[in-house]
Amino acid sequence: MTNFIQQIVSGLASGGIYGLLALAIVLIHRSTGVINFAQGEMATLSTFVCWALMDHGWAFWPAFGATLLLSFAGGVTLQAVVIRPIQSGPLLGIVILTIGLLIAFNGLDTWIWGGAAKQFHGPFSTAPIRVGGVAFSKQDLGVIAVAFVAVALIGALFTRTRLGLGLRAAAVNPIEARLVGIRVAAMLALGWGLAAMLGAVAGVMAAPSLFLEPNMMQTVVLYAFAAAVLGGMDSPIGAVVGGLLLGVLLNLVGTYVHWIGGELRLATALAVILGVLLLRPSGLFGRAALRRA
Amino acid sequence: MRIKLSAFVLGVLVLVVLPFVLTDFRTVQLATVGAYFIAILGLDVLTGHSGQISLGHGAFMAVGAYTTAILMANHGVRDLWTIPIAAGVAGVIGLLAGVPALRLSGLYLALATFGIAVVLPTILKKFDHFTGGSTGITLFGKPAQTGHGVGVWGLTNNQWLYALTWTIGAVVFLIAWWLLDSRFGRSLRAIRDSDIAAVASGVNRAKYKVLAFGVSAAFAGVGGALFAINVAYVAPDTFPIQLSLYLLVGAVVGFFGSIWGAVLGALLIQFLPDVVGLIPHVDTKQAGPTTLFFGLVLVVLMLVLPIVLRAASRLANRSYFGAL
Repeated sequence: MTNFIQQIVSGLASGGIYGLLALAIVLIHRSTGVINFAQGEMATLSTFVCWALMDHGWAFWPAFGATLLLSFAGGVTLQAVVIRPIQSGPLLGIVILTIGLLIAFNGLDTWIWGGAAKQFHGPFSTAPIRVGGVAFSKQDLGVIAVAFVAVALIGALFTRTRLGLGLRAAAVNPIEARLVGIRVAAMLALGWGLAAMLGAVAGVMAAPSLFLEPNMMQTVVLYAFAAAVLGGMDSPIGAVVGGLLLGVLLNLVGTYVHWIGGELRLATALAVILGVLLLRPSGLFGRAALRRA
Repeated sequence: MRIKLSAFVLGVLVLVVLPFVLTDFRTVQLATVGAYFIAILGLDVLTGHSGQISLGHGAFMAVGAYTTAILMANHGVRDLWTIPIAAGVAGVIGLLAGVPALRLSGLYLALATFGIAVVLPTILKKFDHFTGGSTGITLFGKPAQTGHGVGVWGLTNNQWLYALTWTIGAVVFLIAWWLLDSRFGRSLRAIRDSDIAAVASGVNRAKYKVLAFGVSAAFAGVGGALFAINVAYVAPDTFPIQLSLYLLVGAVVGFFGSIWGAVLGALLIQFLPDVVGLIPHVDTKQAGPTTLFFGLVLVVLMLVLPIVLRAASRLANRSYFGAL
């Protein structure tokens, strides 16, 4: 029983990270209809920036704040420079371009910082706390808390502010949005900026337990895709809930289904992606897409 | 048509002459280029012509490579005969993958195939009694190896590998050419451009899309089998997600869907590290710079290709009206 609870607790902790990155993926998908395959590598780059600042003697919080601002600026720039020119072109063109970004960022990280894993000291202690035989750390609690704060902020932004209304309008109907005076191009760039920022949060939260290296997010991004698909691809709360569910599911399956074990953890995530896409494409929280023939 | 035929004959002549003027090392590098070339042809059929994206074509290469390796190492089947079997196994798996793919839109097909490529190495490691696990399977010096690693018919081993790969490469190219010029290719392009119009004109959408997956996977399987024979070694990390992504870069470099451009793409995958190494102060012993440039090539191409294609079609239109 202790082990069962232990698996759920540590599943929630890794699920929080999947949820955060999934949130970034959902943000871009719902604002532009594109899946950004480079989301994981963008997060890794942001984390390296944070690490480099701390390596230069900055304390964590100022370094983290600067990383968030830089990531936001980077995301906006990226959208404006490479995505906007082909925004009106075929969807798959943009998807392939994000694959190019994935490869390029991975190469850039390796070039600048090398392939060796680096230790990353986050804001929360990773020392284990024991409550009735179940071990967890402040880091685990912190990740889950950050995921919920992030989704609450994003939710508030979308539903409570004028800016959020503009973001949603630009996503749902760009042409009419422009007619009523919303700066659609700016909104789309803003969406990328926010996503890059969320990715930075995910990367910084993941780094203390995963160790920082250029391929850090390569598997995490697949879990995040699974979380986003599970949550319905368009729902921010779905992304985080999907992430937490996935984290717990993977841990329980890995522990109790011996045939799967730890080695087929990634394969299980893929099975979740394929299963949801084929059986219930709208996921848990999404709306079914209608296609006019 | 006559221009294309002369281009093909010229290409074959160049291929025949090359090993006589190149070093043994370059020759074996070009053999690997041939394996990539065949896999990219497969991607051209699938993504370029039927419009179904695959970010995981390295997985079909892996199926072909492992079929060859397991047959050679555990069952003593001579390497040559494993190639058609590899094509068959990969082709059947491609057909099976094509059925669920029918239900996925382009975006989600990209996601699913990406996932398959990421997961593949972990699956190869899991079933180690079959695949040799992380250590992989060594083929060098196995009795099933033609020439036993020292060469045959007065050719060095590397020349033999080159001749084998490119002979098959030329045959596969002709098959692709014929297929894409026939009813099959026309149906694929009709579905790609508008599946509703295609179905209305009597094209069996499901049949052709699934067939495209099968043909494409069979090509990739042949590429993988030749890759295994060339390197004489397979392991899970021979087929990382990067391989699949580089194949995509190769297909895009070859003007997506043009089987003629596939050579360019295959050359890029093999020789980009050498080209990047020519830039002053760039050390390509480390993987970073090469990877960065692979990514940049893809980003720049995706930005520039639409402009090029638009300009090309405008030019084509003008000459058309000029003829009137």
